[in-house]
Amino acid sequence: MALDQIFGIAGSALNSQSVRMNTIASNLANAGTVAGTDQDAFRAKRAVFKTIMEQQGSTPGNSYQGGVKVQQISDDPTPVRRLLDPGNPLADKDGYVYTSNVNEMGEMVDMMAASRSYQNNVEVINTARQLLMRTLDLTKA
Amino acid sequence: MNVLDNALGVHAQTLGMRSQRMELLARNIANADTPNFKARDIDFKQVMQQAQDTAMVTTQVGHVAQGDAGSADAVKYRTPFNTAFDGNTVELHVEQAKYGKSAADYQATLNFLEQRVSGIRKALRGD
Repeated sequence: MALDQIFGIAGSALNSQSVRMNTIASNLANAGTVAGTDQDAFRAKRAVFKTIMEQQGSTPGNSYQGGVKVQQISDDPTPVRRLLDPGNPLADKDGYVYTSNVNEMGEMVDMMAASRSYQNNVEVINTARQLLMRTLDLTKA
Repeated sequence: MNVLDNALGVHAQTLGMRSQRMELLARNIANADTPNFKARDIDFKQVMQQAQDTAMVTTQVGHVAQGDAGSADAVKYRTPFNTAFDGNTVELHVEQAKYGKSAADYQATLNFLEQRVSGIRKALRGD
């Protein structure tokens, strides 16, 4: 029965999109942080998606095959900004602090995209559920 | 059992095929943001043609059912209108439209089946 596999597939997508939303929330929350060194500065996190090819991670009766998972969460390679702020207690000996490389505008756009994708998959599940219920009603025809 | 299969006609088979297609479209929508994912779809016409042309029966365990939508030749990669930078060929609006249409198709097949079932029921009841 293929219709009930839709629940697993779209469910895995819901999970991945919510992980993406979480990383975006983390990025936005840390957008204003500063650090004393280049290494310590906050770097934006990106969720990298991958298709679930085998039966990996599926529980009995619930197949995620063909769904999507978060393969890894990697750092944004964009260089961090250096700001001259001698008054900051974190400033290095030259008076510089290192801000995060979060692009707030880009994160907001990404958040919209993630939320739309989430809604799409909810809609997919709703349709599949309705069809499944109607199929069950066949016994009452 | 054979009588019942004949009474339901092609619709019972069609329902399975349509649900497999919906699963494939759900996969496409789920992977709309996955880099290098290639959208796939079932060539419904070809599957139905196969099922009608050669109505071969599976008599042994190793046999593969004809007109099975899961067979490799029926599932094809979609040609996108525009390609994305990350190698993904899913176009969400296209997939949504196809998912909606195939849901309607599924309901149409269900309606046919409902009519058949209620017909059989009426015949059995005999009133």
